[in-house]
Amino acid sequence: MSAPTLEVRNLKTHFFTRAGVVKAVDDVSFTVESGKVLGLVGESGSGKTVTGFSILGLVDAPGRIAGGQILFKGRDLATLPEAEMRGLRGNRIAMIFQDPMMTLNPVLRIDTQMIETVQAHAKVSREEARQRSRDALGQVGIPSPDERLKAYPHQFSGGMRQRVAIAIALLHKPDVIVADEPTTALDVTIQGQILAEAQKLCAQFGTALVWITHDLSVVAGLADDIAVMYAGKVVESGPVTQVLDAPLHPYTLGLIGSVPSRNKRGEPLRQIPGMTPSLLNLPAGCAFRSRCPRAEPGCAEPPPMAEYRPGQHARCIHPHQEAVAA
Amino acid sequence: MTAFLLRRLIQAAAVVLVMSLLVFLGVFAVGDPVEILISPEADQFERERAIKALGLDLPLWRQYLVFLGNALQGDLGRSFVFNEPALKLILERMPATLELAIGATLAALIIGLPLGLYAGLRPNSAMSKGIMATSILGFSLPTFWVGLMLIMVFAVQLGWLPSTGRGETVTILGMRWSFLTRDGIAHLIMPALNLALFKISLVIRLTRAGVRETMLMDYVKFARAKGLSPARVTFVHVFKNILIPVVTVVGLEFGGTIAFSVVTESVFAWPGMGKLIIDSINVLDRPVMVAYLMMIVLLFITINLLVDITYSLLDPRVRLESKS
Repeated sequence: MSAPTLEVRNLKTHFFTRAGVVKAVDDVSFTVESGKVLGLVGESGSGKTVTGFSILGLVDAPGRIAGGQILFKGRDLATLPEAEMRGLRGNRIAMIFQDPMMTLNPVLRIDTQMIETVQAHAKVSREEARQRSRDALGQVGIPSPDERLKAYPHQFSGGMRQRVAIAIALLHKPDVIVADEPTTALDVTIQGQILAEAQKLCAQFGTALVWITHDLSVVAGLADDIAVMYAGKVVESGPVTQVLDAPLHPYTLGLIGSVPSRNKRGEPLRQIPGMTPSLLNLPAGCAFRSRCPRAEPGCAEPPPMAEYRPGQHARCIHPHQEAVAA
Repeated sequence: MTAFLLRRLIQAAAVVLVMSLLVFLGVFAVGDPVEILISPEADQFERERAIKALGLDLPLWRQYLVFLGNALQGDLGRSFVFNEPALKLILERMPATLELAIGATLAALIIGLPLGLYAGLRPNSAMSKGIMATSILGFSLPTFWVGLMLIMVFAVQLGWLPSTGRGETVTILGMRWSFLTRDGIAHLIMPALNLALFKISLVIRLTRAGVRETMLMDYVKFARAKGLSPARVTFVHVFKNILIPVVTVVGLEFGGTIAFSVVTESVFAWPGMGKLIIDSINVLDRPVMVAYLMMIVLLFITINLLVDITYSLLDPRVRLESKS
């Protein structure tokens, strides 16, 4: 079998600040095949977004990739020179950002922002670039794309702007799209539409999609595989149904328990006690142990990633291997 | 856009009216020109005649109404000293001041924008720190002192540039301009740079702050994520955004530059409006003072309008609001 579309191996992205080294991403590994969707799940500050930026080579100083590999069709992006990386960015690997109100430049027209993307990677005339931009807008369901091309971002609603951002990401039919919580800022109905759109387009073009989110319900409907991040590390990964139905790691279980719709009416909502630790001074061993109901002295040693069920890995020494009552 | 312009014109007229009253009262309060203008040896009869001829025998409100009536017909009074229409005196000297102010503004943009951009993009380099430190000098050194130093170095010791006057001029549309002759430009360089010093520092600081702020925006990161070249990200995505505050401030400063070029004009003996107003204040030449101040008011209003229009060209969000 050929190399997978995207394989992240032991990625470490650290920020070298004056206060110390922040290990935002610390030993993260996952694989995404063409046409598949990986849900990268975790709380704020767990390193999801930095992982996404690392894939695109957009980590800004004082941060840098301190170790590991990002294999795109077998090529290691972590060591690729910036000029070559720029050739891939927006072309073979695209990204969709979290806040559609902020991702489009407010003083440039939509056509300017789309045509420049086309022309950055393809030697085509302005007219041809405009055609492609218009087609891409049509593809993501924007009505009368010809007219809308001449508009400015502030003339669009949030949902429409996110569609434009998706259209820009799709311009070169990339092999990988990193979507960083693209529906978080949107209404539920719009969110549903965007999700359906993303799923359809990825299946159509065989794009490998990394969907970063903190919303488990989104992942449940969209992703094939899931990787749960906590404090810069992947604590559990596996096929989405398996992980959601029978989580191994206490943190995953806590996350699932925190989804309000899973609680019974009248009962207090369940929550994970405490908060994510500061990445500046992580406790030795398992970072979750101060919040974990199952913590034991052995947790002070860093737990290894182990396969407890076929395809399902967890970084825990006392996983929930018993069946979970739903 | 038409409605917007119309509304602005009506506002402008109101501002001019209020300013004319304030200016008239203010000038009246400064002092009585009779004591300066009329020779102390003149007898009572001559005195009365002169006061009457100047219209100073009327009560203040009558004087104001006469002034207003004349002003509406484009007559801002005759200079007591030169016995020429005040407006004509000012307009004669306006090209010199405009030339100086435009030269200074262009210099501020041409020098300030690239330096500010550099300092914003590489905030930690030694060069950037040097630029920022120097800009503090630009803010704090007094204009007249820098002007004198420029003359000392470039005119007296090196002998590269002339130190006084406008040099050779060319007459276009009945106005004399220096910037079209080599000699005129040589004369313009030092005063323009002197006047620009403060503005250069201002533009550097504004640009740097704008760049540093804009570089953190998501849309800049998104532009990079699209695989655009760093040049395109900087000069299209970042630059167009930072131009908005720069245009606003430089535009507003332009009015100030014209109004307060007095110091530079005095140091370099530049025969502009600033020098005229100083001389007029010395001899309490009321019509020239009033006419000058009214011109400045008009100038500020025009500049503000132009800034607003430029602003709407740069920022589409403003354009939409003015339409609706």
